[in-house]
Amino acid sequence: MKNKTRILIVDDEKIVRESLLHWFEEEGYEVDTAEDAEAALRTIDKGKYELMLVDMKMPGMSGLELLDKVKEIDKDTIFILITAFASVPTAIKALKNGAYDYITKPIDPDELAHIVEKAIHQRALRQENEQLKDNIDEIIKPDNLIGESRQMIKIFDLINTVAQTDTTVMIRGESGTGKELVAKAIHINSKRKYFPIVTVNCGALAETLLESELFGHEKGAFTGAHYKRKGKFEMADGGTIFLDEIGTVSPKMQIELLRVIETKQFTRVGGNENIKSDFRVIAATNEPLENLLKEGKFREDLYYRLNVFTIFLPPLRERRDDIPVLAYYFMNKFNGAMNKNIKNISNEAMDFLVNYSWPGNVRELENAIERALVVGRGDSIKIEDLPFHVTPNNRIDDDGDKSLESMEKRHIMNVLEMNNWNISKSAEALQIDRVTLYNKINKYGFRKS
Amino acid sequence: MNFFIAPVEFSNVSVLHSIVKNISGIFKDKVSVISLPVNTAAAFSRDRGQYFSTQLIADAIKLTSGYDGKVLMLVEFDLFVPVFTYVFGEAQLNGKHSIVSVCRLHEEFYSGKTNDKLFIDRTIKEILHELGHNMGLIHCRSWDCVMHSSQGVEEIDIKGQFYCPDCMEILSNNGFKDSFVALPAD
Repeated sequence: MKNKTRILIVDDEKIVRESLLHWFEEEGYEVDTAEDAEAALRTIDKGKYELMLVDMKMPGMSGLELLDKVKEIDKDTIFILITAFASVPTAIKALKNGAYDYITKPIDPDELAHIVEKAIHQRALRQENEQLKDNIDEIIKPDNLIGESRQMIKIFDLINTVAQTDTTVMIRGESGTGKELVAKAIHINSKRKYFPIVTVNCGALAETLLESELFGHEKGAFTGAHYKRKGKFEMADGGTIFLDEIGTVSPKMQIELLRVIETKQFTRVGGNENIKSDFRVIAATNEPLENLLKEGKFREDLYYRLNVFTIFLPPLRERRDDIPVLAYYFMNKFNGAMNKNIKNISNEAMDFLVNYSWPGNVRELENAIERALVVGRGDSIKIEDLPFHVTPNNRIDDDGDKSLESMEKRHIMNVLEMNNWNISKSAEALQIDRVTLYNKINKYGFRKS
Repeated sequence: MNFFIAPVEFSNVSVLHSIVKNISGIFKDKVSVISLPVNTAAAFSRDRGQYFSTQLIADAIKLTSGYDGKVLMLVEFDLFVPVFTYVFGEAQLNGKHSIVSVCRLHEEFYSGKTNDKLFIDRTIKEILHELGHNMGLIHCRSWDCVMHSSQGVEEIDIKGQFYCPDCMEILSNNGFKDSFVALPAD
């Protein structure tokens, strides 16, 4: 019930100050008053008052002069001038100088309430917008999507091309190749950039939860639905919805998805209201959907609906030219985060990085560099700073045994060490199930060191 | 706690009776009608043709030290405070005094048609609203609450006829828990 907005009333007439103070206090605002511009300036600190209601004519400094000084202190303060005699030139000057509006005495209470509410609402929207833009600036830093290789330059071209359209995009690539970054890059280079990009990891949610997550639900729709909740499609109105791991969606949800994508309309779980949302769809998968199509696990109509424009992200091992620039990028990133000052990567360490197979792709490289900075001493990353499995004694091609079993043995050990023996993560990186991984560990007699 | 209604130059006796009857049915404590010799002439603005409500309250303060309770002046003339074009009423937040004008509550003022029920409903709402300020309530965002801010008569008609549960809780915390007997009649 309490309105937290802080207001400063500046007027040389006591009765005006008191009337407005009284009025705004009844409205629940936090209000202070000042009898002239000098007194107002003494009480202003940056951000102290969201709104100032200022008399145009006061002894000493006028309301317009005060406006200039307030805007120097805090450009976001809403400045509304009160004038007994409104003239067009002064009104124009006030608005040009940054005043939100002006009101003529005597003030109509309805008009005052309307102007103040609108101003506060607009200020909140502007701040929200600026915050969104800041977030976007963070994402569109060119070094977030890195690569100088021929493949990556082609991908940047594709991103730029497709971003100008509203076409549905399918991003394909192994885990850790940067599919979400590509989706964000498309979004922020599109006309939808000032609206949200909403990400849904379809593989992380059970069918019923996914339905509620995507379409929202009404209060009481199911046990635990204590409040009405907007779904991701509704949140993405005007923007983009990124459906990650689309291949994991159940057949029933595939029908729902197809209908929503085609009609841009849906109802919340437990609701009747038809909700419209203007969203763009970007989907991603790390498994070949064509195999799922053949097995009858993925609907053909949804496949063609999603697969309008496809971007394939190559695995890191197929764009080794990018490894040095990525490695240095991550080194600098973690230098900043960890307050370290490691300046370079030794030749031996770089040689290994460039020749390693990187089954976990860019994400694995990032983790390796992060770990190197944690354990590393001195001013360069050395090979012994890299994760255990990449030290010289464990290098894949070090012992001359090129048999498939030997290669598999080393590779599994490397992945286990890389993931600190987290079986689930290791199995995921190896793209095998957990039981198979346990069997391999038993077979090769691996023990956690 | 007692409630004192002071009709000031208020000519419509039957309306006054109806209001007192309604208010008496809402508050558990005694509602009395008193006479206050406030100086209305001093509060009159010849330029605006309206009466300065703050000045009337200031005058009433001097005359009511003997009354233990809330004092509400009821007037038929139009009220203003200098910075505003008009006010329906004014109250001391957390104070003893308030004033309500019925001038702009007549339906004739807007549609030209008489509607006594609507007029009484509006008056009761505005009295409860100003007394709410006296009891420490600020404007409420709920449209169902009589403490919702009304900048026009339409908003008075839309809002509810009594304090919402949140405002009642504040009233209870402010020591007015046992002041009410019933919701106002529809």
